[in-house]
Amino acid sequence: MKRFLYELGESWKIAVAQMRSNLTRSTLTALGVIIGIVAVTLMGTAIGGISIGFDKSMAVLGDDVLYVTQWPWKVVDDWWNYRDRKKIKTEYAEMLNRMIEKTPNSNLIVAVPTSSVFRSIKYGGNQVDNVFVLGTTSDFIVTSTIDCKEGRFFNELESRGGASVVVIGYDVADALFPSESPINKSVLINGQLFKVVGVNTRQGTFLGLFSWDSMVAMPLGAFNKYFSTNTESDVRVKVKDKTKLADAKDELTGLMRRVRGLGPEKKDDFSINEQQAFKSTLDPIKNSIAISGLFITGLSLFVGAIGIMNITFVSVKERTKEIGTRKALGARRRTILLQFLIESTALCLLGGFIGLAFAYVMCFGIGKAFPSFPINFSAGLVIVSMLVSVMTGLFSGFAPAWTASRLDPVTALRYE
Amino acid sequence: METRNSVRSVGPLVIDIENITKDYVMGEEIVHALRGVSLQIHRNEYIAIMGPSGSGKSTLMNMLGCLDTPTSGRYEFNGKSVAEMNDDELAAIRNREIGFVFQTFNLLPRSTSLRNVELPLIYAGIDPETREQRAAEVLTDVGLGDRIHHKPNELSGGQRQRVAVARALVNRPSIILADEPTGNLDSKTGEEIMALFEDLYQRGNTIILVTHERDIASHARRTVHLRDGLIESDHAGFIPEIDMATVG
Repeated sequence: MKRFLYELGESWKIAVAQMRSNLTRSTLTALGVIIGIVAVTLMGTAIGGISIGFDKSMAVLGDDVLYVTQWPWKVVDDWWNYRDRKKIKTEYAEMLNRMIEKTPNSNLIVAVPTSSVFRSIKYGGNQVDNVFVLGTTSDFIVTSTIDCKEGRFFNELESRGGASVVVIGYDVADALFPSESPINKSVLINGQLFKVVGVNTRQGTFLGLFSWDSMVAMPLGAFNKYFSTNTESDVRVKVKDKTKLADAKDELTGLMRRVRGLGPEKKDDFSINEQQAFKSTLDPIKNSIAISGLFITGLSLFVGAIGIMNITFVSVKERTKEIGTRKALGARRRTILLQFLIESTALCLLGGFIGLAFAYVMCFGIGKAFPSFPINFSAGLVIVSMLVSVMTGLFSGFAPAWTASRLDPVTALRYE
Repeated sequence: METRNSVRSVGPLVIDIENITKDYVMGEEIVHALRGVSLQIHRNEYIAIMGPSGSGKSTLMNMLGCLDTPTSGRYEFNGKSVAEMNDDELAAIRNREIGFVFQTFNLLPRSTSLRNVELPLIYAGIDPETREQRAAEVLTDVGLGDRIHHKPNELSGGQRQRVAVARALVNRPSIILADEPTGNLDSKTGEEIMALFEDLYQRGNTIILVTHERDIASHARRTVHLRDGLIESDHAGFIPEIDMATVG
């Protein structure tokens, strides 16, 4: 082992000297690896960012909330079985809440109705189209990680009275009120004035999934009064203990069957969903983006590796006589193998290091230029790309190094 | 030069070759480079191996230098049989027992004299301090004490060959094997190198000189002539009457 480390150290010195003396060639060869590592690393940060974006969007759903919907949150083959189901009504929430109150040791806390529709919203000369307008109760904040930057969520009084108040998302606020505070201003939705009582903190948007940034919420009473067409209604139910999600789901199913008045022989005519179900639908998409992305960028690294392999072959050929001399002086096969392997690995490591530095700067630049684009430059990524560099070096150096180590000393010495 | 023809006591046997042959396959043909050579070399001998090209001289040198193994026959180096050794065992023998001096010097062009001389010590696994110290000592011995940090291209031909000689000596080998050591040098520098070999011989080293030049071979105390893969003659001293004029 000690002997091996000794040889490793000596080979390293030789490799560094060799790179220095062939500076142009080493730089050009390393360039291939640099480009490869930059591509792979940027892809890695993008994938990391996508993953974070997904998780952030998922967090909005809450991991302790069950969603009662007409359609299940998954791809179904027998869509016709779901199409004719009765729509979910917002009144179910009240019925569920009454039942929850009467159930001792219920796993459920509260049911919250939500209705939604897409509408334009106006203030002064500014207008935002296709805003997700949500009608709900003041209990909504229990089920969601909503947080007001300014003002507040509408209260129970406003909720019960169906007051014309709205809480608006960050992007909506930004578009309508570029230079003033939206609080207590009246916005126009569907020809109706609503008073802004709160603005949400920015959550960031990702692929347009569930961001509160571009939506507005108002009391259900007001919603029902002014929006009656094309609305979608769900009921969301907060669970007491998220480790007992399955129990809670069973309980809720039972309650919903009572609400719907289903006999024991009837199948459920509603779906109960949770964040996890959605995640398992999205995960394969996320993974296939990651795999195909890494594969394509991996190809550029592969091209870099071939460059290294090529140059190591040239180096072995050029230095045949030197290899012969080294063998005559007592270098063993392993020593020669190690020497060339380390030369190619050192080149790849150098390339990897420079590539990583470039990627870091580029990520920093992208992060500054497009703050909403999720990027994730992690320590793990640094370690992985360094490992990839070393592997690339070993992979591309092995064939030439093996050739060198197998050279016959007599032939090698005679080589001109 | 007064010791030139003095009789020396014979040291222990270093190289013991008996009836070795070497065949090469060249295309369709089998070339018999050595057809049965027997040779014994003792410690502190100074021997020249001569012969025209194609005589098997180089092949014999490769055998002696453990760069190659014979097709058949027995070869013992310091009592150890090397004929059946594998590559790595041969490398170890070359490292510890044999000091090579080549016609083309074979120095690493981008390394200093010191680093070049250190090379065999690196392969022997010697620690850096000892290595540097020993390499510097040997370089001083061959008269290059003031050139240890020079690179080969900053040295004259004679100085380069001195570095190569220092490299051959640094691991204190049993034999020094010099292949046409003056072939790339002018005659004056060549004589200087031969004087260095004479000095090494006087200090107790065993030297095997492979050459086709009579002037060079005349420095040795024993001359072996090869022809067509066989030993034609093996004499103490140099035998000038053998006609080498046919050789270039």
